[in-house]
Amino acid sequence: MADPMRIRAQAQGDKALVRVLMSHEMETGQRKDAAGKVIPAWHITEVAAALNGKPVLAAEWGPAVAKNPFLQFTLKGAKAGDKVAITWKDNHGDTRTDEATIS
Amino acid sequence: GLGRWADADAATAGESLYDVPRFGNVSLLHMTDCHAQLLPVYFREPSVNLGIGSMSGQPPHLVGEALLKAANVPRGSAPAYALTYLDFEAAARRFGKVGGFAHLATLVQRLKATRPGALLLDGGDTWQGSATALWTKGQDMVDAAKLLGVDVMTGHWEFTLGMDRVKEVVDKDFAGKVDFIAQNVKTADFGDPVFPPYVIRQINGVPTAIIGQAFPYTPIANPRYFVADWTFGIQEDNLQKMVDEVRGKGAQAVVLLSHNGMDVDLKLASRVRGIDAILGGHTHDGMPVASIVRNAGGQTVVTNAGSNGKFLGVLDLDVRGGKVQDFRYKLLPVLSDLLPADAPMQALIDRVRAPYAAKLAEQLAVTEGTLYRRGNFNGTGDQLILDALMDVQGAEIAFSPGFRWGTSLLAGQPITREWLMDMTATTYSFATVTQMTGENLKTVLEDVCDNLFNADPYYQQGGDMVRVGGMQYTCDPRAAMGSRIRDMRLGGKPIEASRVYKVAGWAPVAEEARTAQGAKPVWDVVETWLQARGGKVTARQPNVPKLVGVLPNPGVAA
Amino acid sequence: PTLARASWTKSAFDARSIADAVKAYGAGAAPAESKDVTLTAPDIAENGAVVPMGVATTLPNVKHLLLLVEKNPSALVAKFDVSDAVEANFLTRAKMGQSSDVYAVAITADGKALFAKKEVKVTLGGCGG
Ligand SMILES: [Mn+2]
Ligand SMILES: [Mn+2]
Repeated sequence: MADPMRIRAQAQGDKALVRVLMSHEMETGQRKDAAGKVIPAWHITEVAAALNGKPVLAAEWGPAVAKNPFLQFTLKGAKAGDKVAITWKDNHGDTRTDEATIS
Repeated sequence: GLGRWADADAATAGESLYDVPRFGNVSLLHMTDCHAQLLPVYFREPSVNLGIGSMSGQPPHLVGEALLKAANVPRGSAPAYALTYLDFEAAARRFGKVGGFAHLATLVQRLKATRPGALLLDGGDTWQGSATALWTKGQDMVDAAKLLGVDVMTGHWEFTLGMDRVKEVVDKDFAGKVDFIAQNVKTADFGDPVFPPYVIRQINGVPTAIIGQAFPYTPIANPRYFVADWTFGIQEDNLQKMVDEVRGKGAQAVVLLSHNGMDVDLKLASRVRGIDAILGGHTHDGMPVASIVRNAGGQTVVTNAGSNGKFLGVLDLDVRGGKVQDFRYKLLPVLSDLLPADAPMQALIDRVRAPYAAKLAEQLAVTEGTLYRRGNFNGTGDQLILDALMDVQGAEIAFSPGFRWGTSLLAGQPITREWLMDMTATTYSFATVTQMTGENLKTVLEDVCDNLFNADPYYQQGGDMVRVGGMQYTCDPRAAMGSRIRDMRLGGKPIEASRVYKVAGWAPVAEEARTAQGAKPVWDVVETWLQARGGKVTARQPNVPKLVGVLPNPGVAA
Repeated sequence: PTLARASWTKSAFDARSIADAVKAYGAGAAPAESKDVTLTAPDIAENGAVVPMGVATTLPNVKHLLLLVEKNPSALVAKFDVSDAVEANFLTRAKMGQSSDVYAVAITADGKALFAKKEVKVTLGGCGG
């Protein structure tokens, strides 16, 4: 099981700035190990966000997103106390969801 | 001739030089890039400081006569000695050493006496550049800066002491005394500010904002592992935000204390609105005349105050009706013979040096020629290091980083351990020997050359070209990245792309090099070589590339 | 949130060129430069393994926002879907193997692709004043 995400969600007027740090190797599939064998790709492929349970964002990522990925976006019509949930899925089929309350 | 100072005695010359009439109501004293030189030194200015594209022939890319002409300074005068390489040996013997914190302290006190409320700003590169700064982890400089009365500071080489040490000094030693500011240093995770971005001080009733700009390319020019949890960058958008914020808070004068380097400052000044003046450093340009840059918000004055404690910039602002109406700028050379040492500062310097004095004073050889570093391509001091690295380690080729710090020695002076450390003291000065293909050699030279000669200053890092020993090459600074370096030769024969060469170097930025087996400090290697000279080192002939496409040039000595 | 309706567009991430990657998301015409698309990226990368980059636009009817690195083995870094609930403004961090142009592309509902680009330098480093 991957480590939890770190999520910061801050209300700014009638918007909320959401910043997420995920924990993932994001192995490119381009690197070789000491024995010269290609290290297989292992990376997040899809990311989604929801505001109070309602889907607001979907994204597709490739192996070029940096290790322990960062994502920033701004929610419209969000206020303190609202719940933001982030989900990612990787090419192994692993998935993780974390939630934060807008402050 | 020696101009109008030729017959003046030292005291009279000093009074004339340092008698700067007060102007306006807000004064800022600016020192930068002293590189931990507590004592007076010799420092030869560059004879090559090329500007490319729109920067060609513009300040700061003027050397020698071209610079004197732009500044209206007569050749042979004390200011000419400070500003240029011209007649260096003779002028150095006539006018003496430059800088030294005890002498600088006297000058700061004199100026503060005539300018009530004046702030002393330190642009950084203060805690690195000497043996004592390295061995005390910058503590000697931290204490000296506090005694000198530095009010506000930003940084660059400070960060090579590591994040913990910087935080320790800022949170403990500097607490309540010196404000360490940087709008462009953020945490690598969520981008939180690491330091306050600015301070607002009342100067004679005028709210004056000082915004800090640390060296944007610290994690690139120096090992990233020292600042692993922080990010830098120019951060123009955030800077504009900070300017607007301090204006919103009522600041009537806004000054950027910058370690961008002068070309970057000039470009930045054309794009960011609302900065009255940029007091700049990093590129070590002692610019006697302020540059004025027009922008959408009006104009911005841009200055650069040299290095090694050699200069003090004095910016006087006339602030009336809520805004800066006019200014005067003066770059004062710190000539130690003309400024008596301040006793408390001298006592502090003597105290911090005492445990190391004998070790520092040890004579390794006498130099028969002038030794200096500055210049875009090479200097005699770096040539000495290159020769030592190749000889001692049996390498065909050597690289020495294009640092702009490092002091000068006159012909006949002893080479002491202290000078060797002044030329090499960093927290990562490991000597390296690597096997490189001809292709690798070219890649490295092209990469560094682009950092120096990219036509867009935002792509420059503000160092000089890597110094090259053993190998000859031709350089076309105007060419595009990847095609500036041509005709690389070793012993007359063309470098072969696929052949492997043994290359010596030092101060690697890669993390692996830090832990490489048997990595010796570079000063050990050079000392071995100096000890084998039998007491004297003959004059060094700097190996420099053949330049094409840029000569003649006011940035190159004729 | 559900990932049920999302799917990973392999052809977009396999594409070698900017044009091919953009095509995989339904852009008909060749991408055109536009001042209404904003790319945020550093001039010089502090660390080629972690290069901050962002895409934003003020254009109406934008369906997708893309970040691409021309000289990466596969150009596409990330694709974000724009909805009424989020601003058309996303930031992430990417890997870059070498100096390259970085592209921010907006794809509209009617299949137009508009871009901003910038050179990001990845350097060996060293030296300094
Ligand atoms: Mn510097
Ligand atoms: Mn410096």
